[in-house]
Amino acid sequence: MALDFDSAALYNEKLGPEHHSWREHLRKFLAVEVEPFMDDWDESGKIPDEMWKKAADFGLLQLGYPEEFGGISEGIDQHYLNILSEELGRIGSAGGIASTLLVHGIGLPPVVNFSPQAIKEQVVPAVLAGEKRISLGITEPSGGSDVANLTTTARREGDFYIVNGSKTFISGGMGADWISTAVRTGGEGGGGISMLLIPTHLEGVSRTPLDKKQGWWCSDTATIYFDDVKVPVDHLIGEEGHGFLVILNNFNNERLAMIVNMEACARCCLAEAVSWAEQRMTFGKPLSKHQVIRHKITQMKQRINATQAYTQHVTQAVIEGRSNFGDLALLKVQASETMEFCAREASQILGGACYLRGNKVERIYREVRVNAIGGGSEEIMRDLAAGQYGL
Amino acid sequence: MKILVAVKRVVDYNVKVRPKSDGTDVDIANVKMSINPFCEIAVEEAVRLKEKGVATEIIAISMGPKQAQEQVRTALALGADRGILVESDEDLQPLAIAKMLKAIVEKESPDLVILGKQAIDGDNNQTGQMLGALTSMPQGTFASEVNVADGRVSVTREIDGGLQTVNLSLPAIVTTDLRLNEPRYASLPNIMKAKRKPMDTFTPEDLGVDATPRVKTLSVEPPAERKAGIKVADVAELVDKLKNEAKVI
Repeated sequence: MALDFDSAALYNEKLGPEHHSWREHLRKFLAVEVEPFMDDWDESGKIPDEMWKKAADFGLLQLGYPEEFGGISEGIDQHYLNILSEELGRIGSAGGIASTLLVHGIGLPPVVNFSPQAIKEQVVPAVLAGEKRISLGITEPSGGSDVANLTTTARREGDFYIVNGSKTFISGGMGADWISTAVRTGGEGGGGISMLLIPTHLEGVSRTPLDKKQGWWCSDTATIYFDDVKVPVDHLIGEEGHGFLVILNNFNNERLAMIVNMEACARCCLAEAVSWAEQRMTFGKPLSKHQVIRHKITQMKQRINATQAYTQHVTQAVIEGRSNFGDLALLKVQASETMEFCAREASQILGGACYLRGNKVERIYREVRVNAIGGGSEEIMRDLAAGQYGL
Repeated sequence: MKILVAVKRVVDYNVKVRPKSDGTDVDIANVKMSINPFCEIAVEEAVRLKEKGVATEIIAISMGPKQAQEQVRTALALGADRGILVESDEDLQPLAIAKMLKAIVEKESPDLVILGKQAIDGDNNQTGQMLGALTSMPQGTFASEVNVADGRVSVTREIDGGLQTVNLSLPAIVTTDLRLNEPRYASLPNIMKAKRKPMDTFTPEDLGVDATPRVKTLSVEPPAERKAGIKVADVAELVDKLKNEAKVI
């Protein structure tokens, strides 16, 4: 057996012919519409606008959303979403595309799940059709992980909330038409937080790009300022003071997507390293015949195997509605550590070839940190898990 | 007009295959399997004929292990209307496949059968021709262009000297070459719709065909590895080496 991307995957007995078919067509879509342009998108710092329409025509944006708003949910299970994250990793995208083209994956669910019907009808179909964009605004300049102490305020005045404050590291923030924003409507702590859908065209909203990043270059990350922004009260997402619940509900889906993607990126590094090690001759034999390289490769595979088996376990728990959030949090750590290890080892095997831009391993290497920090840092994940385990 | 299109499950074209250590076969344990690229072109051509209003129904058929239903589903997502799987764990060879296709042709009476000219695993390039012989249907192989009009199909073929066009009466058999079309990817809504399309399953026995292999593979070996080159000092040495060592001039 070989160690290419597919062969290095553990057998997953839960996948049927329809999942296979989805992977087949998705892989082709990515090969035609995405893969050839990834380096250009990275270098130019953006994904062209027409990609949203293409993604909607293919059905990518609609995946998993309710049919009544133009989504495709009938017969869709968690495996379809996992396959999407996996295939993005296969082409060497460790979140740059997901955090731009698919960033509605974190911005839209609060609206779908908790907004009034009229708002849903106004927002959801437009986003799923690729005509409008939505992002999620949680992190502030003063901190990201400590959600309960965020400082952006929304003061009720008649039929409006007056919003003041700022949000930063907002993926897709420059292009967003709406931001699902965490704001303080009440007193201190988690109970004083609400979620508010803020249209970016409103007076008092301004943004600056954060375009000098280590990774995710194609993603339009922003800092967003709210200066006496008047937001209609029907834009409240869920009940006042229930913002924390809305946010938590979101995080676990985001984390699972990141986890699957990180494992796939680790596997992509493995496949690239093996392919090179088998061709490259040093000291009279292929790299892959040198013990030091063989050990690197098998150590990568060992960690990838463990991550995959753990991911299959957690995915099944999610499908059956018996998730353990501690296990999920630690899986995110497992995945980012595996990706970090494999990006490093693959880089060592590829050597100078990998120090140049324009190859998958180089991109994945520079996107390690954002995955180990974003969506819940390794430290926060461990702490969350400790809490879940009753420590 | 009814079209029968055959799709084969093969090792994905991206996979670098290697022989098993005992040299009996190629090692396909845990490698990605896909629809044969030539067969995908066959499906695409059938779908285009349907979109033009020429075809009314497309049946996609595959033969092989149970998992070959994945390739039938892929064809259904691309636009085939229903599927047939002939399930068998035998090493299915062109003659047995052609006989089984003949049985299906007799059942379904398609006006056109489109197949890939060959599969990228066996590279046999036989099934379409054998089916032609067995059914006495006319055949247009290695098609780079297909036009259906007035109960006939005209097939432009890529041959050594250039292009040849044959005009066949229907029902007929067409095998596809690489340049016939560029297959599309199916959208998610079409993939989901494909799940509800019907698929019949048969066995070779149901079709009255003995699928036992007739051809035995003796050994499978990797291509010889390329040897390292040498640098020559001047043209004289080069000519000498070519003449006396390589013996090519």
